[in-house]
Amino acid sequence: MEILRIENLKKTFGEATVLSDISLSVNSGEVVSVIGSSGSGKSTLLRCATMLEKVSGGSILYAGDVMCREENGKEIYSDKKTLAKIRSRFGLVFQNFNLFPHMTVLQNVTEAPIKVMKRNRAEVEAEAMELLEKMGLEYKMSEYPCRLSGGQQQRVSIARALISKPDILFFDEPTSALDPELTAGVLKIIKELAADNMTMVVVTHEMNFARDISNRIIFLDNGKIEAQGTPDDLFSNTSNGRLREFLSSFYG
Amino acid sequence: MSILTMWKLLLQGFEISVLIFVVTLVLSLPLGLGVALCRMSKNPVLRGITKVYISVMRGTPLMLQLLVVRFGPWFVFKMKLDDSYDIWAVLIAFVINYAAYFAEIYRSGIESVPKGQYEAAQILGFGRWRTFFAVIMPQVIKRVLPSVTNEIITLVKDTSLAYAIGLIEMFTRAKQIAAAETSMLPYLFAGILYYIFNYVVAFGMEKAEKAFGYYEIK
Repeated sequence: MEILRIENLKKTFGEATVLSDISLSVNSGEVVSVIGSSGSGKSTLLRCATMLEKVSGGSILYAGDVMCREENGKEIYSDKKTLAKIRSRFGLVFQNFNLFPHMTVLQNVTEAPIKVMKRNRAEVEAEAMELLEKMGLEYKMSEYPCRLSGGQQQRVSIARALISKPDILFFDEPTSALDPELTAGVLKIIKELAADNMTMVVVTHEMNFARDISNRIIFLDNGKIEAQGTPDDLFSNTSNGRLREFLSSFYG
Repeated sequence: MSILTMWKLLLQGFEISVLIFVVTLVLSLPLGLGVALCRMSKNPVLRGITKVYISVMRGTPLMLQLLVVRFGPWFVFKMKLDDSYDIWAVLIAFVINYAAYFAEIYRSGIESVPKGQYEAAQILGFGRWRTFFAVIMPQVIKRVLPSVTNEIITLVKDTSLAYAIGLIEMFTRAKQIAAAETSMLPYLFAGILYYIFNYVVAFGMEKAEKAFGYYEIK
């Protein structure tokens, strides 16, 4: 089943075109990695897909629900209700975690389902504890984020994204703010999610990791999809000059 | 006049000083937040008006504002206001003046909260109000408390400006007694009372800073 579909997406900031003619779709259970050098538009793509940025052209659909589409050259977003429904279907894990510093670990995870979705507190807290246990952080439930390492904070933010049972989870360079030691813990969690068939789109600079977990890899260059395919297609047999250049900067 | 009588008279004035202090604080703190929000509004008219208001309040002496509020109604509209208006004039002038200062403190606090906090709230489906009151404000309060403490301490001392329109608060009282008794003692006693007042304020604010900073490593 198709969860996310992006067609001819375009994003400009003033005069600068950051993304152009991006079309892709993500099916249920798929793990798609987005790679590319800094400034290639990877993060902007995620931000457009999660409504943190308004797109300048093209359309985005979630399981058939239209988030935005282009009509006569004008970009039109769906009504609030549809957008709220769409928003409840995806989760986003930020590069800088963006946990709420004044809430405990448990509150960070439970705040949205209790206050926004109006779910039963006891139920939500039980689920949250289960997720925290999965993240190996149940013993930190009453701590504030400042008492956690970056890796632990990132795992809490993954739990926070998972509690609403999203159909698709986006990761925006989830380990770029972490040192190598802490990176491993976060990547392990993402791998476990992949094994559980979680649908994910991961923007990453961790090439080996992308190669490891992805069903498909998208290589962005200069705001365009320069190449896409299975990890083997891209890492072993690519004929794309730009991609080779990019990969060689990682592998020497 | 005995020293005891001096203290009694000063304490009567002190009550008025405390009244000015409390009312100003209770009204200008929330009003300042409203002003800050208007100052950051997307509406250019609202933004422009509050910008001018803040600029005038900060750019002119409080004593002058006090005189304008007290005597302006008569000079401009020929409204006859008796002495019972004195206290109202002080309260009005102080509240609108302090609201302007607090507004700028709030604004700096609100703008210092990282953008990622808003984005995380948006992704989680928080509405504008929930984002502001559940996510942003608790962090803002913590950040602005030291600056607010400064303002509050200044306010304690500023209450003495009511002397300019002859309202009998502690400073006016001290001046009267000093003149009548040709003595420095009333000033000394008033100084002691101002100091104790501020000491208590600073102590309370330190506690408040600790309380609102609960989520940071000590």
